[in-house]
Amino acid sequence: MEILVCVKRVPDSAENEIEVKADGSDIKRDDLVYSVNEWDNYAVEEAIQIVDRVGGSVTVASIGNEEAEEVVRREMAMGAHQGLLLVDPAFEGSDGKGIAAILKAAVLKGQYDLVLTGAQADDGAAQVGGMLAALLDWPYASLVNKIEVQDGHTLKIGREIEGGNQEINEIEMPCVLSIQTGINEPRYVGIRGIRKVASVEIPVMNAGRLGIDPAAVGQAGAGVKRVDYFVPPAGAGAEILQGSTAEIAAKLLDLLKAKGGLK
Amino acid sequence: MAAQVFAFIVHKDGVADDSALELISAARNIFPDASPTAILTGAGAGLDAVCQEVAASYKQVWKVGAAALIYPNAELVRPLLLKLLPKGAVLLLPHNTFGMDLGPGLAVKMGATCIPDVVGIDGLAGATLKVVRQEFNGQASTHLACDVSNGAVISVRSGSFRPDESRSAGGQVVDKSGEAVGLSARRRFVEVVQAEVGDVDITKADVLVSVGRGFGDKENIPVAEELAQTMGAVVSCSRPIVDAKWLEKSRQVGTSGKTVKPKVYLALGISGSFQHMGGLKGNPFIVAVNKNPKAPIFQVANVGVVADVLEFVPELTEKIREAK
Ligand SMILES: Cc1cc2nc3c(=O)[nH]c(=O)nc-3n(C[C@@H](O)[C@H](O)[C@H](O)COP(=O)(O)OP(=O)(O)OC[C@H]3O[C@@H](n4cnc5c(N)ncnc54)[C@H](O)[C@@H]3O)c2cc1C
Ligand SMILES: Cc1cc2nc3c(=O)[nH]c(=O)nc-3n(C[C@H](O)[C@H](O)[C@H](O)COP(=O)(O)OP(=O)(O)OC[C@H]3O[C@@H](n4cnc5c(N)ncnc54)[C@H](O)[C@@H]3O)c2cc1C
Repeated sequence: MEILVCVKRVPDSAENEIEVKADGSDIKRDDLVYSVNEWDNYAVEEAIQIVDRVGGSVTVASIGNEEAEEVVRREMAMGAHQGLLLVDPAFEGSDGKGIAAILKAAVLKGQYDLVLTGAQADDGAAQVGGMLAALLDWPYASLVNKIEVQDGHTLKIGREIEGGNQEINEIEMPCVLSIQTGINEPRYVGIRGIRKVASVEIPVMNAGRLGIDPAAVGQAGAGVKRVDYFVPPAGAGAEILQGSTAEIAAKLLDLLKAKGGLK
Repeated sequence: MAAQVFAFIVHKDGVADDSALELISAARNIFPDASPTAILTGAGAGLDAVCQEVAASYKQVWKVGAAALIYPNAELVRPLLLKLLPKGAVLLLPHNTFGMDLGPGLAVKMGATCIPDVVGIDGLAGATLKVVRQEFNGQASTHLACDVSNGAVISVRSGSFRPDESRSAGGQVVDKSGEAVGLSARRRFVEVVQAEVGDVDITKADVLVSVGRGFGDKENIPVAEELAQTMGAVVSCSRPIVDAKWLEKSRQVGTSGKTVKPKVYLALGISGSFQHMGGLKGNPFIVAVNKNPKAPIFQVANVGVVADVLEFVPELTEKIREAK
């Protein structure tokens, strides 16, 4: 099976405190630690496990600047067979639809049976997978937390729905699935693994090679334009306890007693 | 700009989802005098009942009943809506697991703009709709200017708009079931498998000590367990803790976990994402411990402690022990 996994390089939410620039034009990016979007890492692991069972190969693609290479290489160190970088100044400021249109062009350059995305990325939009499927006119399922290959044409999949219940579906290939966290346990990638793939050539494709009209993507083609970042006016918010650790613990003890938090 | 506004109503067991009333307010934030049309799909008597319920709040209700629609399969509902919706329509739907499945692809097929997970709507100027979204798990907010001249599919975050409880529409149910003939999809619904039941029931606990990713490592979980034991509380957690298999799924609080109603909730090393907070009901007394003073959890907590959980929690456990 030929699988394409779409991965996005994002500020690592576990490692960073996100702050908005004073002029609201962006978040402060200088000191951010970046990594692969958490959901995409599960998608790559799943693709590798499927190919281990039924054969085929895994390609990892990312749209971004030169720095996207670092996350593609990391996922290749996990075991993805090929990388693909989609880089062009014309892609900058794309909205979700623009990102999906670029990915569609990349999908059509290959012969894929299955395309995986993450359920969502740092913008929390959860939109690219569904848009990509619609642009390709392929069937789609979101929030997938189980994949079983049935035969050459269909997959049995689980979708995670409210309450953690699982909706089982059969879906025809080729299809697009967005992957939910927890579907597997992504393998650890060590420095040695990354070194092994350090010199592997990763093809780069721009708008021209993908056959994309630059005016249809990027900021020019965006139906959704980001105006600014801002910090909403703080509501009542929490009363922050002050003092030494011992003093704070003592205050909290009293509050917990008063609110019925101790038995 | 004038456009017809529709709300897709999600329902289960003959009862409309809470979003049904919130979407009315969202629609009015776009067009102040909007009278959105509700669309419901399903089958059988349950569908009729919920259509009647919704007609109290929506002047027009479109009912599409068909055996194939008994379970909401987005891959079937999407082509149906493409037939039903007029050109340039604005469709509102909840940003839940169904909305995420249906919405983005529907927007593309309609040639409309997809506006996902909206938490606020500032209003329409010409054909540009200004909305508010959150990014980075609520750590930053952003204004977006959206071109809705060819319509829009807008998914709305639960709890972001005040439900319109007036129930004074006295609406009409229009049967559009004829449009559902000949629907087919390349994805077939098979069944729903219920989430596993664990050995503890966090939904019954009065006091929850909840563990988040801020604990950093499985080895640190006992720090929370000791606090819980000392307090006579039960340990719950956020989703990444379950994904990493540090605790079992039945302890997860949130939209894809359990809905809990404790009196006191300790959120330790939890950022406060809406999917997590969505599982916390009944207005508990919330204590948040987080090393980031700007963590969104401090917006919703009653009391906050800015500290490293691994330093602060043992200290608190000790204090409680001494006081006993
Ligand atoms: C400088 C800058 C300006 C921007 N301006 C705008 C703007 O004006 N309007 C706007 O709407 N957005 C803007 N964006 C954000 C936009 O480009 C988002 O990346 C896009 O909306 C898709 O990301 P998402 O988080 O919404 O994806 P989601 O739909 O949440 O992500 C789902 C999945 O899609 C795939 N995916 C997403 N992005 C990529 C990628 N780059 N490469 C490969 N796979 C990917 C991944 O598999 C991911 O898990 C801007 C971003 C930057 C950095
Ligand atoms: C469809 C869907 C359903 C979901 N359902 C759920 C759900 O049911 N429940 C759920 O919880 N999530 C759910 N999520 C995931 C959710 O979006 C968040 O990713 C998740 O809630 C984050 O968990 P967290 O707060 O523990 O981790 P993070 O967001 O990573 O936050 C960790 C926090 O700990 C703080 N911290 C770090 N180190 C320390 C330290 N040493 N001391 C103190 N503080 C520290 C950080 O400042 C940060 O605020 C769902 C997501 C999707 C897409």
